Amino acid sequence: MAGRTGMVEQRGRGLWLTHLGLIVGVAFIFFPIWLAFVASTVEQQDIVRPPMPLLPGDKLLENYSRALVAGVNAPVATMLVNSLIMALGIAIGKIVISLLSAFAIVYFRFPGRKVFFWLIFLTLMLPVEVRIVPTFEVIANFGMLNSYSGLILPLIASATATFLFRQFFLTVPDELAEAARVDGARPMRFFFDILLPMSRTNIAALFVILFIYGWNQYLWPLLITTDPEMNTIVMGIKQMFPSGDDFAHWPTIMATSILAMIPPVIVVIGMQKLFIRGLVESEK
Amino acid sequence: MATLTLNTVKKSFGKTDVIHGVSIDVDDGEFIVIVGPSGCGKSTLLRMVAGLETVSSGEVRISGALVNDVEPMDRDIAMVFQNYALYPHMSVFDNMAYGLKIAKVPKPEIAERVQSAAKLLQLEPYLQRKPRELSGGQRQRVAMGRAIVRKPSVFLFDEPLSNLDAKLRVQMRLEIKALQRDLGVTSLYVTHDQVEAMTLADRMIVMNAGVADQIGAPLDVYANPATEFVAGFIGSPPTNFIDAGMVGAGTGRIGVRPEHIQLSEAGPFTATVGYSEALGAETLVHLRASDGSQITVRQDAGLPIPEQGVTRALSWQDAHVMRFDEQGMRQQRAKVADRP
Repeated sequence: MAGRTGMVEQRGRGLWLTHLGLIVGVAFIFFPIWLAFVASTVEQQDIVRPPMPLLPGDKLLENYSRALVAGVNAPVATMLVNSLIMALGIAIGKIVISLLSAFAIVYFRFPGRKVFFWLIFLTLMLPVEVRIVPTFEVIANFGMLNSYSGLILPLIASATATFLFRQFFLTVPDELAEAARVDGARPMRFFFDILLPMSRTNIAALFVILFIYGWNQYLWPLLITTDPEMNTIVMGIKQMFPSGDDFAHWPTIMATSILAMIPPVIVVIGMQKLFIRGLVESEK
Repeated sequence: MATLTLNTVKKSFGKTDVIHGVSIDVDDGEFIVIVGPSGCGKSTLLRMVAGLETVSSGEVRISGALVNDVEPMDRDIAMVFQNYALYPHMSVFDNMAYGLKIAKVPKPEIAERVQSAAKLLQLEPYLQRKPRELSGGQRQRVAMGRAIVRKPSVFLFDEPLSNLDAKLRVQMRLEIKALQRDLGVTSLYVTHDQVEAMTLADRMIVMNAGVADQIGAPLDVYANPATEFVAGFIGSPPTNFIDAGMVGAGTGRIGVRPEHIQLSEAGPFTATVGYSEALGAETLVHLRASDGSQITVRQDAGLPIPEQGVTRALSWQDAHVMRFDEQGMRQQRAKVADRP
């Protein structure tokens, strides 16, 4: 029978119906991922000949090692490393820059403070896609095509994160800054000793979001990386699709897709606790 | 130890003057309480001494040295904030040690100073806890500990007890007083609570709209208020004010403390009894005079409590009457020295 431990007391058929509904929902969402996984463990013929198998085959190790080492255009391992560097660079860079700019905007009184804040805020309205042609021009002139700095730098400024940290800093009581001042902490010392540890959960939440943002970048890497060695995995998957009459090796592509999902999943699960705390609670 | 001198200290935000020139010489080891209603500028005055607020004009001197343009950390002061301002991610020990760490005090000395402060404040069992794991009173003690370990010349308290419940407030009040006596550190204490001011102060500064209306020992201020505002603010329940014309005493108003009024059956000045509050040891009787002004009488518990609606005559001795002119300034004030 229904337990009394839940927040809402549920009994009998009602409980089973809700569970059934949820299970169907989960299965519905999960089914394509399961199909991709199955496709990554069978042979090419099994996929192209209907009906498609619904249970994993025995080619798991073979397909995955082929994808990792050889891939189609470039080894998936290389693409994973590229993606990792890009996603980490974007996430960490964005956090560092927005922490510092939020710190400046909230705690220092300098001429044009409001103007700078609104300028930053304005960039929220200009996503990468809108400014992609001039950005490409700039990066090309700097000779940053096919390089990590070219992948990372244009995406590193973040109005959203700056705004978020600004809002958080505004909730930190003024007395804390004053107490630190009386204690003899200079501004940067206050920043590192007090503000940074207090923003810990916010940083974690933002890191998860920004890591996935960086990992899922598609258009920008597609534009500036022509060398397969510099491909990132998300665009790399698309590059694996054959053009024209070429023959697509679906098990390898599916194995790559599954591999591409793993790092974000690890980041989300690994930082889940901090992430949720950062979203729901402000520690004061 | 140290003396503190304010010389016509003024503060204005833009064109608004918030403090109109306050002067006081604070002796070494003296406990000065700045008291006044909210918005009177008492916190601003304290923050100017701390260096958290710039001084618009006038001088702030600590031990004789002009500190107007000196950073808070170099003024040799320590401050206790109303909301404690403890660093939430640091343990109690780290909270107290932070200032010393920045001052590059050697580690063994930090540990020793924090330990002895913790012992003094009975915080020893909590040194490794985070502030959020402490009760309000304990947090208050940590904030005090943070001030003590720095061994400052001047303690500054900004309404340190107003976030505590009534019982704890009384207890902490006694502790602060005892601690300040033991340490002998010159202290400046801001509060809006006149009971705190009366009990803690060696001398108090009664602030009203940016002006120090009166500076003096608590009992002197109580017995001999310089202005109508001070007479009304210090003392609970407050002084009764009656239009001087109503009792044939000329212009302005007169003030009589609730304990100095007796109720009788008949007399020249009468009022209607409203409700009465029997507090056990004493009874507060609230009356309404014929011009509508409220009058409170404090009488001993043994006396009969008049019924609501009856009319009683009020009488008092001339010696207890305080006369104020139209500007609220005291007239014919008895000659009493300002300093004890």
